[in-house]
Amino acid sequence: MSENHVPPFLDRIPPVMPPVLNSGDSNSAASDAAGSDAAGSDSVSRAPKLESRWKKRLLLLSIGISILAAIAWATSPRAKLLHAPETIASSFDASIHAVARQVDKAIDANIADHKLEKANTADWHTLTRRISLALIGNGLSLEEMRVVEQLPEDKRAVWWTEYLLKDRRSSDYLAERWTRATVGTNNGPFLIFRRRKYVDWLADNFEKGTPYDVIVRELIEAKGSWTDAPQVNFLTATMDENDNKKPDAIRLAGRTSRAFLAQRIDCLQCHHDYLGKVNFTDALNENDDHGAESMGTPSTAVGSRTGEQADFHQLAAFFSGTKMDNPFVGLHNSAPDYRIKYLNEENESAVSPTVPYLRELMPETGDSRHKLSVWVTHPKNKAFARATVNRMWAILFGKPLVEPLDSIPLSGPFPPGLEILAEDFSKNGHDLKRLIRTIVCTDVFQRDSRMIKETGSEAVEQEHEDHWAIFPLTQLRPEQVAASIHQACRLIAIDESSSIISRLELFGGVNDFTKAYGDQGDDEFTQQSVTIPQRLLVMNGSFVSERINHNPIMNAATRIASLVRDDQEAVKTAYLSTLNREPSGAELNAFCERLKGTQGTARSEAMGSIFWAIINSTEFQWNH
Amino acid sequence: MEPLAGTFESNRDSEPGCESWWNFHRRRFLRGGAMATGGLLSQGMLTKIAERLSMASESKHSEKMRAKSLIILWMQGGPSQLETFDPHPDSKIGGETTAIKTSVDGLRIADTLPQTAEIMHHATLIRSMVSKEGDHERATYNMKTGWRPDPTLIHPAIGSVICHQTEDNIEIPRHVSILSGQWPARGGYMGSVLDSFQTGDPKDPLPNLKSYTDKKVFENRMVDLKSVVEAEFRRGRLRDLDKNKTLHESSTGRATTMMASDQIKAFDITAESKSVIDSFGDHAFGRGCLAAIRLIEQGVRCVEVELSGWDTHAENYSLQSGRCKILDAALHSLIKQLDARGLLDQTIVMCGGEFGRTPTINIANGRDHWPTGFSTLLAGGPFRAGHVHGQTTHEVIERGNDPLKGIEDIVRIEDLHATLLHAFGVDFAKELQTPIGRPLSLSKGNVIESLFV
Repeated sequence: MSENHVPPFLDRIPPVMPPVLNSGDSNSAASDAAGSDAAGSDSVSRAPKLESRWKKRLLLLSIGISILAAIAWATSPRAKLLHAPETIASSFDASIHAVARQVDKAIDANIADHKLEKANTADWHTLTRRISLALIGNGLSLEEMRVVEQLPEDKRAVWWTEYLLKDRRSSDYLAERWTRATVGTNNGPFLIFRRRKYVDWLADNFEKGTPYDVIVRELIEAKGSWTDAPQVNFLTATMDENDNKKPDAIRLAGRTSRAFLAQRIDCLQCHHDYLGKVNFTDALNENDDHGAESMGTPSTAVGSRTGEQADFHQLAAFFSGTKMDNPFVGLHNSAPDYRIKYLNEENESAVSPTVPYLRELMPETGDSRHKLSVWVTHPKNKAFARATVNRMWAILFGKPLVEPLDSIPLSGPFPPGLEILAEDFSKNGHDLKRLIRTIVCTDVFQRDSRMIKETGSEAVEQEHEDHWAIFPLTQLRPEQVAASIHQACRLIAIDESSSIISRLELFGGVNDFTKAYGDQGDDEFTQQSVTIPQRLLVMNGSFVSERINHNPIMNAATRIASLVRDDQEAVKTAYLSTLNREPSGAELNAFCERLKGTQGTARSEAMGSIFWAIINSTEFQWNH
Repeated sequence: MEPLAGTFESNRDSEPGCESWWNFHRRRFLRGGAMATGGLLSQGMLTKIAERLSMASESKHSEKMRAKSLIILWMQGGPSQLETFDPHPDSKIGGETTAIKTSVDGLRIADTLPQTAEIMHHATLIRSMVSKEGDHERATYNMKTGWRPDPTLIHPAIGSVICHQTEDNIEIPRHVSILSGQWPARGGYMGSVLDSFQTGDPKDPLPNLKSYTDKKVFENRMVDLKSVVEAEFRRGRLRDLDKNKTLHESSTGRATTMMASDQIKAFDITAESKSVIDSFGDHAFGRGCLAAIRLIEQGVRCVEVELSGWDTHAENYSLQSGRCKILDAALHSLIKQLDARGLLDQTIVMCGGEFGRTPTINIANGRDHWPTGFSTLLAGGPFRAGHVHGQTTHEVIERGNDPLKGIEDIVRIEDLHATLLHAFGVDFAKELQTPIGRPLSLSKGNVIESLFV
């Protein structure tokens, strides 16, 4: 590994941590200039005509300065957020490592039971790319790769995780994933649903480190206006445009049980469960011997009963008292009023709110949604922690521990590791960042996604992935493909410190690409195969061509081609910028041959073709 | 589970007559076949083996199978039944629309569709469609898939189901959406490989089909992609990585084949005579309908052509009339051309939207969403030509009253889907194993037998 070797090219790209002047300074400078001109104008003339002329000139000058200041503000980068490597103290304390080892022990035992070989630990390039894709939705920029390279190799992945957890991009990205889980991707009712506000509210809370149980309680109990209290959008998202007096209690019951408890009870809306898919148990699953768990052995199945139609509607009844009489006031609580005609019954009957299991965890006082929120997030209601762990695992690995993501049987069986992580999450204040750190610390997360034998034979079977003996290969979601392409084609990281124009370009480009590529909606962790239109879009679409064609100002391919004269260094830089790794010998030779003897535009186009081949590869478009 | 697949293959070759045995084991095989290739199952797809097993069990239906292709004219927004196929002139709900005679004795449709009136003897008109969804997105999902939205599962659109249940050997996509808007047809749990291929106005070249570099550069790029980058990635991974897991390289291959295919010309309507092009109307929707015929001729299974703008909460009559003018020329020419080219017998045309519009007219001279008692037109295939099914009342249905009052011979959305699948010879009641582990039939509706010849 040549991590300490700094290629000559590094000297020619902008410094990693430039002390950039804040645009506010230029604004104030402009104001000062305007102010001094104004002062001057007052003292220059007393005659009315001259005064009028000076006022006009002053006005024009002010407008001109304002426009220039606005352009400067929009185009200039903010103060860089990329801290020096040593400035971020690691929060990976010993207890996190201890929990990670427990998870590894449980999973390794299962792997041994299946007589499978484990993959080796992945290299730091692969690990940092994985972490980036999971937490911000794209790979590292060349600029970021250069920063990470400055650290000791064994600290890079952990430092990068810590850095991203402090970066607003990760809060935004995780908030979008949670938004899909909690309100879906539908546009929702036009006047009473503000998706953007909801995402921002979640992101703010993730950034602040608000305990997850607090966030969920705020969502379930939300009151007021959907603009003043963005969490209210969790409820208004289900309202009917034509009859916007009440949120849809049935849809809210389904969402609450799926998103927060990983219980798919939707079928109970119409009938009892006759497929044995929905089972409730009051057992608390207090099992200390987590290492012994496996998917084949239920940990506890005491007192289990199949779901009934009433279970769903009793849950929905918690939301039935939520109303909006006055749009300016927003949602408020009234007495629950829920009636349903059960299957095979002749008449409607009133339904009282109650929960389907562990009723003793529900408080006796408070309004109905408060009671529900306390029950959902109660530490002894382990479904809450399991659901969260499973979702976070899916975000980090690209696939959940339990599939489908939002369906974990209450009485198990649970896959190795799930209960350990759930318990730690529950005992440590429902801290999402700690959960991320713990999963990243596991050997499972750090495992390679392939096993290369000296003999050259392929030894990987689907079974290896199924039991986490190797890191699973999963297709990037559309927004990950788009953002990764965009970032790979820009040398500098696009983050909070980037100019407004850069961020708008990223935002607009990703949205358009995602729409054309095919958004999977809130079903985003279901693996799909690649389609022909998707391949055509990346092979021939303007999104890619605009980013790899000759453009000396914007595009990484052109800048690398023109600034790095050594072919080998140029190919290595291209690989770092796109795949966040160095090329193999064969790749280096093949692409150096393409660059050999090229100059000017021809060299830039040759480099564009290298970018094209990489961006269109399985490696670029899959997480590994 | 691998031996199961092998058993099936050998039995199929040696004992092709064992229909009952295949049917008896069908679900077990479906599950087994899917589990045998767990990677594909986890990708939300049913395996090829399962697919072939499914088709084997339906061969008894093949005698009835007459339809080969489906053209859906999708009227996004909710066309008004009262301004199209179910006018009630001179009544409290009729509005400004009058009714005109058609080529079918006793059948009158709205005066907004004069050319369509001339081809109604080819059509089967359902005037009693009933849905439970009154929101555009949910109702569109319902109408396109035959299922109400289920947060745990995305159902496939009918075009995807038909493609899944049939096999073709063409170089272009078998499922196409022209002018697709917000909610194009999707493959759902059957996999994104069955998503519709989306295109715009046929007067424009197909998007992303041409490389923006010259041929030599493109060839070099493909060589580098396959033999340099992909070759490096394959090392140490799953055996037959592409086939068993990603389908990435094979999709690249199919995309490249499509780029070079002559069949792409089916999208190009300029090959048609000017008079034919003009007859469809100077509008993207008309051109889309003409392209649909050309695609069907080429072997495409399902084409959806969208005409949006039917959501007329204000100024209903003038806005609906404007939409009808575009629909009228295109629908008329579509049926005429299919008939003239001998394709109508094997092609089903379905024209309709996600719901209809209220009998009452609101204060903005508009009509609101009305999912109970709207119209859908079918034509071609095995359907009875010149037939009308169901009727609605001319009386005002007040909010709060039984919305089904006055509707005769109700057709639910799922019934329409079951009927369409039946017309293709698909055994819609058979259950497939979905990725969430729930066996699910292709449709839960009932066939409306009276719609068939």
